Amino acid sequence: MTNNQSTDLLFEISHLGRRCHRLPACDVPEKDATALVPADALADAPPPLTEVGEIDLIRHFVNLSKRNMSIDTNFYPLGSCTMKYNPKRHERLAGLPGMANLHPLQSDASCQGMLAMLWSMQNILAEIAGLDAVALQPAAGAQGELAALLVAAAYNRDKGQTQRTRVLIPDSAHGTNPASAAIAGFDAVSIKSNDNGLVDLADLKSKLDDRTAVFMITNPNTIGLFESQIGEITKLIHDAGGLVYLDGANMNAIVGVTRPGDFGADMMHYNVHKTFTGPHGAGGPGSGPIAVRAMLAPYLPTPIVVKDGDAFKQETNRPKSIGRVRSFFGNVGILLRGYCYIRTLGPKGLRAMTENAVLNANYLLALVKHALDVPHGDRCMHEFVASASKLKRAKRISAMEIAKRLLDFGYHAPTVYFPLVVPEALMIEPTETESKETLDAFAATLLKIIDEDPAFLQNAPHTTPISRPNDAKAFKEPILRWKA
Amino acid sequence: MPYILNTGADVKAMLDKIGVASVDALFKMVPDAFQLQRPLDVPPALTELELQQHMAELAGKNKAADNAVCFLGGGSYDHFVPAVVDAIASRSEYYTAYTPYQAEASQGSLQAFFEYQTLICELTGLDVANASLYEGGSAVAEAVLMAISIDPERPKVLVAESVHPEYRQTLATYLANIQKEIITLPTPNGALDPAALQNHVDDKTLCVIVQHPNFFGNLEDVNAVSRLCKEKGVLFIVSFDGISVGLLKRPGQYGADIAVGEGQMLGTPMQFGGPYLGMMACREQFVRKIPGRIVGQTVDRNGRRCWVLTLQTREQHIRREKATSNICTNQGLFALRTAVYLAALGPQGLKETANLCLQKAHYLADELCKIPGVSLRFKKPFFKEFTVQVPGDVPTLLRKLLDAGYHGGLPLGRWYPALGNCISIAVTEKRTKAEMDGFVAAMKGAIR
Repeated sequence: MTNNQSTDLLFEISHLGRRCHRLPACDVPEKDATALVPADALADAPPPLTEVGEIDLIRHFVNLSKRNMSIDTNFYPLGSCTMKYNPKRHERLAGLPGMANLHPLQSDASCQGMLAMLWSMQNILAEIAGLDAVALQPAAGAQGELAALLVAAAYNRDKGQTQRTRVLIPDSAHGTNPASAAIAGFDAVSIKSNDNGLVDLADLKSKLDDRTAVFMITNPNTIGLFESQIGEITKLIHDAGGLVYLDGANMNAIVGVTRPGDFGADMMHYNVHKTFTGPHGAGGPGSGPIAVRAMLAPYLPTPIVVKDGDAFKQETNRPKSIGRVRSFFGNVGILLRGYCYIRTLGPKGLRAMTENAVLNANYLLALVKHALDVPHGDRCMHEFVASASKLKRAKRISAMEIAKRLLDFGYHAPTVYFPLVVPEALMIEPTETESKETLDAFAATLLKIIDEDPAFLQNAPHTTPISRPNDAKAFKEPILRWKA
Repeated sequence: MPYILNTGADVKAMLDKIGVASVDALFKMVPDAFQLQRPLDVPPALTELELQQHMAELAGKNKAADNAVCFLGGGSYDHFVPAVVDAIASRSEYYTAYTPYQAEASQGSLQAFFEYQTLICELTGLDVANASLYEGGSAVAEAVLMAISIDPERPKVLVAESVHPEYRQTLATYLANIQKEIITLPTPNGALDPAALQNHVDDKTLCVIVQHPNFFGNLEDVNAVSRLCKEKGVLFIVSFDGISVGLLKRPGQYGADIAVGEGQMLGTPMQFGGPYLGMMACREQFVRKIPGRIVGQTVDRNGRRCWVLTLQTREQHIRREKATSNICTNQGLFALRTAVYLAALGPQGLKETANLCLQKAHYLADELCKIPGVSLRFKKPFFKEFTVQVPGDVPTLLRKLLDAGYHGGLPLGRWYPALGNCISIAVTEKRTKAEMDGFVAAMKGAIR
């Protein structure tokens, strides 16, 4: 059933003189371009883009799409990414012309419905966070981190606390945490994990002093464990005059059960595309709003939607604001989908979302823990991290082998080799939208793979369009574009 | 519960297997003191039908480009999106996939991104493109972070005041705690004066940033700016318009080192500002400094051509605090849209689109300037957007135009106090002569 209309590149199916889209004739008196713009600004010819007809264009991209796994075609337990179902109603509603065809700079008076939705989203996210104020602007979680750290820096500057130059980050954290800290002008300091996969309090205490600006914590952490010492940790940070930042990557484990603001976080980001299911689009878009305590609110990026009587407006004149982190309002299309998810679930549904995410993860853990080592206990929150290191020693089966072989059975692989603190890590997150049967079948497959011939696994996958690409070659001899 | 498949019997069986008595028991890691003892205070649940009605009601309170003819620009444009773009982007094999970590399960997206990168190289006339950034504003900031990693010692960042104000604000935010000096070069005549630039470019200058065509719609003298940069070994960063290069020289042709741009205009709806995508391309020599995801070609174990994420040693998940950028994803779905859009237009389609924008913008400018009191604010060549001075109070004028059915232009006083009596007007290929004539009549009526 495969055909080379997908594997040939667009440029290889290009045929001089073909085209897909046609433009209307010019309906105003036409002048020569050189009469309108200087000759030295004009190109001799347009860019040498590909030339394809409509049916070839469609076949190419439709056939290509079949070379992807996706949530709509496969169970996708990619840890830390919260690959839950993306409701179809969201796509329809985001495409309503009254939403999709709004210009970002049109007057507030002409987009009151949109602003009402965004205002409501600000309030909902503040309530879920247990924090006071929300800025919806950041385009992704990583940009939310950066924005929040810039808020912390501005706050400290205002308070005369410029000696606070360090951001403390557990070694199990996402790589974006230290990278964001560096761009925000801080020195990133790594905090060890203890044998239970939680923050090593002794190490934290030894590195905590009046240079500490922010402690960034992912809770539940990337191992899928709730930091049971969170109260003690946030008190330690606050006593030292620091701020606590919650990386909200794992909010799917706690929405409606506990609130970051209640356990001591002063600021956080959401990944709306994860927790509230924006389609991930093979890498984006995301949306990374931040929530903060009242004392940090003046520093939030702009604009913020405010309600003035019955009218909504975008407030940009906030003198202490860090400014904006991107053009225009934010990734509104994803915020809108998140809003639709929250409105569909309501208070009870949000709690059920969390409970079933955690139930599904614990159930899957229970199904596989006798065969796969799970270094950090037999309970988890919304995800767990298994380790293939014993298997590797005993049978030369690595996490990568298991991941690749799962593809043969129609499962997307878990996240592998992250977090760095677990050797041969397989990070598994089923989400709440999967059924018990799906989890049973996945677990059975996983157990079956572990018993397979290691030599066979080393060449897996066997049924995918390609197998084991040569990454070293791609790195050493980079080919990053097609050339004639 | 919506989207939850576990029945009561399922839950019981699962709890038995786990070995706990209740779902609540699964949360015992969360200290009691922090457990929320009440339901979240969020609005009640809606069925699909109710949600549809609710969203339709909200949408009905907006005046979209379908309800009022859109002459707004400033980085987001009402260009036409061919149906093929939506048809491909609505395939859920693309939109419900995630970052292609497992190359074997992601060849579709990976190849599409490789094609996108190639198309962006062709569009910019540069050697290397990444798989996209968030949007046009942070793309400028990322370009400067990239310039810093290329040339860490030079302290001065020169940016023309004619660069999109929100892009400049974004740059200032990103560099707030980085020891660099941003110098904004005034553009009172609507574009950067190369002679004035000459006084600022020296061996302490890291980079010069211009937007071409700029925020006012005017063309910059990019050839002269490029020459000055080359003389002093300064990196030349340009924020370009993806449609304009159907007619105008491409960034690589006039010597840009790094080109960035807002990709919205190439096949993505305006959707109130996002999600969009930031295009970025650079010269070959900077390939290991470019931020963001990059897809490369390689072969698999059977020698078959295939695609992978590559050069990841630049990235945050390997380099952590030493990474060039904290960026974690591209805007995959919009890179796909852009690739389909550019392929659908082809060279001829892009040229014709650009020409229609150019012709219609000039027609409208000519017609508007026949109205007493209305005149072009700058004597500079422009592409699809232009700045006019209007009599009277600008907000009142724009309100009247909106009532007459037109999103009439951007009030530039919002960003440039000296231009309080000016609006910028954008004209895409979608605008018909009838719409423009109607707009001119409405403008006459509103001014009278």
